[in-house]
Amino acid sequence: MSSKSEEVVALLSQKYRHGFVTDIESDSLPPGLDEGVVTAISRKKNEPPFLLDWRLKAFRHWQTMREPTWAHVHYKPIDYQDISYYSAPRAPANAPKSLDEVDPKLLATYAKLGIPLHERARLAGVAVDAVFDSVSVATTFKEKLGKAGVIFCSFSDAVRDHPALIERYLGSVVPPGDNYFAALNSAVFSDGSFVYVPPGVRCPMELSTYFRINAAKTGQFERTLIIAAEGATVSYLEGCTAPMRDENQLHAAVVELVALDDARIKYSTVQNWYPGDENGLGGIYNFVTKRGECRGRNSKISWTQVETGSAITWKYPSCVLRGENSIGEFYSVAVANNYQQADTGTKMIHIGRNTKSTIVSKGISAGHAENTYRGLVKILPSAAGARNFTQCDSLLMGPLCAAHTFPYMEVKNPTATVEHEASTSKIGEDQLFYCLQRGISAEDAVNMIVSGFCKVVFKELPMEFAVEAQNLLSVSLEGAVG
Amino acid sequence: MLKITDLRARVAGRDILKGVNLEVNAGEVHAIMGPNGSGKSTLAQVLAGREDYEITGGSVTFEGRDLLALRAEERARAGLFLGFQYPVEIPGVNNVYLLKAALNAKRKAAGESEVDAYEFLALIKQKMKFMHMSESFLTRGVNEGFSGGEKKRNEVLQMLVLEPKLAILDETDSGLDIDALKVVSNGVNSLRDPQRAVVLVTHYQRLLDYIEPDRVHVLSGGRILKSGDKSLAKELERRGYDWVAGAEVA
Ligand SMILES: Nc1ncnc2c1ncn2[C@@H]1O[C@H](COP(=O)(O)OP(=O)(O)OP(=O)(O)O)[C@@H](O)[C@H]1O
Ligand SMILES: [Mg+2]
Repeated sequence: MSSKSEEVVALLSQKYRHGFVTDIESDSLPPGLDEGVVTAISRKKNEPPFLLDWRLKAFRHWQTMREPTWAHVHYKPIDYQDISYYSAPRAPANAPKSLDEVDPKLLATYAKLGIPLHERARLAGVAVDAVFDSVSVATTFKEKLGKAGVIFCSFSDAVRDHPALIERYLGSVVPPGDNYFAALNSAVFSDGSFVYVPPGVRCPMELSTYFRINAAKTGQFERTLIIAAEGATVSYLEGCTAPMRDENQLHAAVVELVALDDARIKYSTVQNWYPGDENGLGGIYNFVTKRGECRGRNSKISWTQVETGSAITWKYPSCVLRGENSIGEFYSVAVANNYQQADTGTKMIHIGRNTKSTIVSKGISAGHAENTYRGLVKILPSAAGARNFTQCDSLLMGPLCAAHTFPYMEVKNPTATVEHEASTSKIGEDQLFYCLQRGISAEDAVNMIVSGFCKVVFKELPMEFAVEAQNLLSVSLEGAVG
Repeated sequence: MLKITDLRARVAGRDILKGVNLEVNAGEVHAIMGPNGSGKSTLAQVLAGREDYEITGGSVTFEGRDLLALRAEERARAGLFLGFQYPVEIPGVNNVYLLKAALNAKRKAAGESEVDAYEFLALIKQKMKFMHMSESFLTRGVNEGFSGGEKKRNEVLQMLVLEPKLAILDETDSGLDIDALKVVSNGVNSLRDPQRAVVLVTHYQRLLDYIEPDRVHVLSGGRILKSGDKSLAKELERRGYDWVAGAEVA
């Protein structure tokens, strides 16, 4: 190993900046999971009977399932009885009506995360539905959205105020028994976000939710449901961070998107869960099921993700392209440093005629990390004229990390076209030296090279978040990449 | 300006430079010629601060400072420029962005403020015109998909913007068509002045018709075996390296 790559390795050993714990009394259930716990969660949230039934069915199904082992990740068995399935900041007698009434400690937490609610909301015109542990505590801009007819609220509020929509769409994209983690989520999900954009409406602002896992030993199981009705358009951004802890925390979310005729949904994620320390201690286990269905014709769903955190990431945002001429897109940057393990990718299921999908995946590995791309392109016999383009590039920094690519293709219609390109490159000592020789510092050079590598994905992020993603990237690779 | 004394370097367990001596004064142009694999690029990279090479002996001073004690980026900011034999591609990084970062790094080191964006654009456009490069090269990725000759022109463009005190150009003439050779030579000549020096590594005497060297050296087997004025290049072309290096040529 040359001294340059040692330097690269040293540069990568940057500390996590969001590792602090907010000291707030929480109202929690003791660890453990059985039907009583599932029922208690539903009661605490005053849910209608259909939802309790739905949860219990999911729970019973989950009990018959086995944790999947096919992903290229390794971790100690999770003890599901050692996790608390509900934790809410203790609600003051009367819930806050405005931000001024929100616990200042909570707001300080958001500020440390770099999301000053006031500023962000006011200046950037972003409505932030901040999820703190399991319960949504502050929602802004509800009114402006209300005028446009857009519903944007916590999942619990939606259950209370729009039960018909929930009953109709919940589980319609990710059925409760879809997979092990989705079944668990369906049984115990605590809160999340709900969006409904009515026919013909272009949502007047970017919608954004920041998730944060705070209480120790709490699993976070959000449920997000976004529905874009005929001709509606919405862009949604989720950002995630969690405090530093030595024990691992489980995060098993489910996100469902439904796009009806001519609707467009853009879902962007900037994920920065705590990745564990440089020795691989602690960190979030992120087992997430995200799926969108282009149910209507000419609809479009686009996933963009920048994944820099989590000890383990198991995540495959997917598109079911049912409607004729519908389009699915997946743009991803996944960074794995130190002992992080990422197994991520997408599934594009082509059902309708002339459906199109694009996959661009950029994996960056540094330290001892393992980064895996796993993608499935499935073209059913009904999908005449379907087209897919896939591009997977891996960038390796330092000699100890690894990248794997598993592209699966099932093409059952002869008129379909499927293209795949893949590359693996080392962050060139040559590229680095070239920049140094032009007087640029190692740190700046690495940032430059990595951003260049990720450029096509960053281009897909909403403008105001592209900068943030870029910063995040340089933080997670700081010192790593120079 | 540059004084190399008994410089020795090895890579991958092999001695490549076996005692190089060379002195370059301000205002001079030196040409280094020599057979493939003789260590010309190694010498250039060692001077620029590439760390893969282990320095096993000797010393180098640049304007009186100990060059070998400086890191690569410090050498660059001090005014040493290397035109690479094989310029690397950096996909997604704008050519103009890299250049601006480079210029600002140099200015910062000199205690100057960052370059004004408008001024910079005007400057670079003017230099590109001089190098007969289309403005589309501004926003393309650094060397990304450039042809061999375009890469070399881009190296010279960078040199013109950074205005180094000492430019080491490693086979910048290789792969250029006849017109491009003139353009590149003009670029180099435009930088010639009494405060600066240029070291050209080349295989072709033809380049030296355009850029007249003060001294010509033959590097062979890791040593400078012969030095002379520009007529040496002509003689080499006629008689080949065997004439100088004899049995030492691989
Ligand atoms: N990183 C390296 N690892 C192993 N060998 C190397 C390395 N770099 C250079 N060498 C060897 O050192 C010797 C000198 O190489 P160098 O590139 O300096 O030659 P050169 O004189 O520039 O040749 P050319 O005219 O072909 O450009 C060659 O035999 C080369 O194979
Ligand atoms: Mg060479």
